[in-house]
Amino acid sequence: MSGHSTYQPKTGFERWLDARLPIVRLGYDSFVDYPTPRNLNYWWTFGGILSLCLASQLITGIILVMHYTPSADHAFASVEHIMRDVNYGWLIRYMHANGASMFFIAVYVHMLRGLYYGSYKAPREVLWILGCVIYLLMMATAFMGYVLPWGQMSFHGAVVITNLFGALPIVGPSITTWLWGGFAVDNATLNRFFSLHYLLPFMIAGVVILHIWALHVVGQNNPTGVEPKSKADTLPFTPYATVKDGFAMSVFLILFATFVFYLPNALGHADNYVEANPLVTPAHIVPEWYFLPFYAILRAVPDKLMGVLAMFGAIACLFALPWLDTSKVRSMRYRPTAKLYFIIFVVACCILGLCGAKLPDDPVLGHFKTFTLGDADLNSFVWLSRFASLYYFAFFLVILPVLGLVEKTLPVPDSIASPALSHPAAAPAEATAAPEMKG
Amino acid sequence: MLRKLSVIAAVAGLMAAFAAAPALAAGHPLEPEKIHWSFNGPFGKFDQAQLQRGYKVYREVCSSCHSMKLVSFRNLGDKGGPFYNEKYPNSNDNPWVKAIAKEFEVGDIDSETGDAIKRPATSADRFPSPFPNEAAARASNGGAFPPDMSLLAKARTGGPDYIHAIVTGYKNPPAGLKVGPGQHYNPYMPGDLAAYWSGDHAHVPPGGFIAMAQPLTEGGVTFDDGTKATVDQQARDVSAFLMWAAEPKLEERKQTGFAVMIYLILFAGLLYASYRKVWKNESH
Repeated sequence: MSGHSTYQPKTGFERWLDARLPIVRLGYDSFVDYPTPRNLNYWWTFGGILSLCLASQLITGIILVMHYTPSADHAFASVEHIMRDVNYGWLIRYMHANGASMFFIAVYVHMLRGLYYGSYKAPREVLWILGCVIYLLMMATAFMGYVLPWGQMSFHGAVVITNLFGALPIVGPSITTWLWGGFAVDNATLNRFFSLHYLLPFMIAGVVILHIWALHVVGQNNPTGVEPKSKADTLPFTPYATVKDGFAMSVFLILFATFVFYLPNALGHADNYVEANPLVTPAHIVPEWYFLPFYAILRAVPDKLMGVLAMFGAIACLFALPWLDTSKVRSMRYRPTAKLYFIIFVVACCILGLCGAKLPDDPVLGHFKTFTLGDADLNSFVWLSRFASLYYFAFFLVILPVLGLVEKTLPVPDSIASPALSHPAAAPAEATAAPEMKG
Repeated sequence: MLRKLSVIAAVAGLMAAFAAAPALAAGHPLEPEKIHWSFNGPFGKFDQAQLQRGYKVYREVCSSCHSMKLVSFRNLGDKGGPFYNEKYPNSNDNPWVKAIAKEFEVGDIDSETGDAIKRPATSADRFPSPFPNEAAARASNGGAFPPDMSLLAKARTGGPDYIHAIVTGYKNPPAGLKVGPGQHYNPYMPGDLAAYWSGDHAHVPPGGFIAMAQPLTEGGVTFDDGTKATVDQQARDVSAFLMWAAEPKLEERKQTGFAVMIYLILFAGLLYASYRKVWKNESH
């Protein structure tokens, strides 16, 4: 979409600067004049919302660091010092803690949007992979950030997750010792996690710049999945996208504020208000909600190493997605069968999240005591998570590759503008001018 | 369309099944009674008289074993606190706070001689702990460590409801339950009693063992405002006080939240109107 620039320096200073560092031109071309498909729906506003989340986390985080003490002896008390004695410290900390959850809500919506509308397909593979890199960095940052208050869940969560690397053959134990900076999760671990928790967000910011760069090279996808063909298909970013993004952001901020001011601890765990004690293990160690689906996949596999590999494999599937989906039609709007499997995929992810929060052996349906098959109690969360994990992998590794070759798709519109202009609200399937079958 | 509907129906059915599944597998503790606290809800505030009564329960009952080391005396006089008075915006000047602090002795170093000394606390000091260290606390409590109370109301699932349920919930152990020395049966305490239960294995009693004996007695505390000191009343008051101790900025938070919400809703409305105006002549 990077056509030639239409920026016209107006003042003498702008002309002078433009000849030396065309930064105003870059901003103008990227965020004012940049052509966006005119049919973007609200699912496309989450990119802007995510930049807001990143900015909020960076600002609140930098302020928190001014008052936080990264030490196994003082970290817990220093967080409480922030909550009790620092002016508006409670606000800054609750914004940061709940901000992490909001960031993940937004990123999951953003990823599912990409999945549904085929935003990972050529020529957007690099754009998608950069997004996956951001997601991976976010997970690392969130995990290390959760360790910093040095509560019970922080500590024992860190023990569980770092021990996962111990499952690797031969090198495992050395890697965990190296990660810990000692022979147990302790002060050295806390300090390096603090250091990395400060570093990674700036790496995220760097990859976000690459992500936006890649976006501006290939242009935005849109709900039809048809590339813009003429000027009629697009609108300038400002004011059209800016005002829509702004409205969506303000609605998202209402949700964010509801958690910060009225439910600040609803997404956290009570045990993390108990200072870390290596000698007392909490009855039930659970990660934050945004990791629960992966935690469920990890626990679904009886073997530790295979469980770890399955968990990382679940993320690896995302990276390979552009080449796993064989369909020539980009948007699932015109792929009714794929749409159905997509809905089941979302449900499977939610079920995995639920399973991650429950004790594996607890019954799913309390009314039925057992539902045994051989020596397996199928009425247990561990079995539910096995079925859901199976679907998760089948979706990426079987359904998407095969479906693209055999499915019957609906006719795809010729261009964005033609159906949009003639039938603004009608279903695109009926509004197509020249139906063509793809499959 | 029909297919979509059937998927939605299946999902809804699955959700309903999960929601209906009772979390009452054998061994789980009883669900604490949900109490209508004055600080519940978006406009909730602490009841100052209740906080003062709760402080008295803490002072006369809990503090003999439980520390509260994150709370300073001055916090008692902060806005929203039990002894806040608008005549003393700086809580260090608050005469009630000063008088309360003076009742406690804290350790210090004599600046002239360097000797370890004891001196009366000031409002800037934190609440001193009843035991010098964890080992001493365990030695005096049959091996159990009374948890610090500064954050207790946030550190337990159920918060103040849970604290109220624990201190009012002591029951005589059902026949067939072997209670060890220095242990007490409480149906609200998390735990698994299957190993101590000689009765029917499908009906293990709910709850667990707690080292603390029933701490509150009828009339054990005399409230200065004339409120009848039933066990339930004391439990409510001390739970409310502990909620304040754990979240002293709760009132400020909810009041700020209200202003933020009004601002955000107006802002969103304004942006929506702008959006409609900007997009008026554009199809999408």
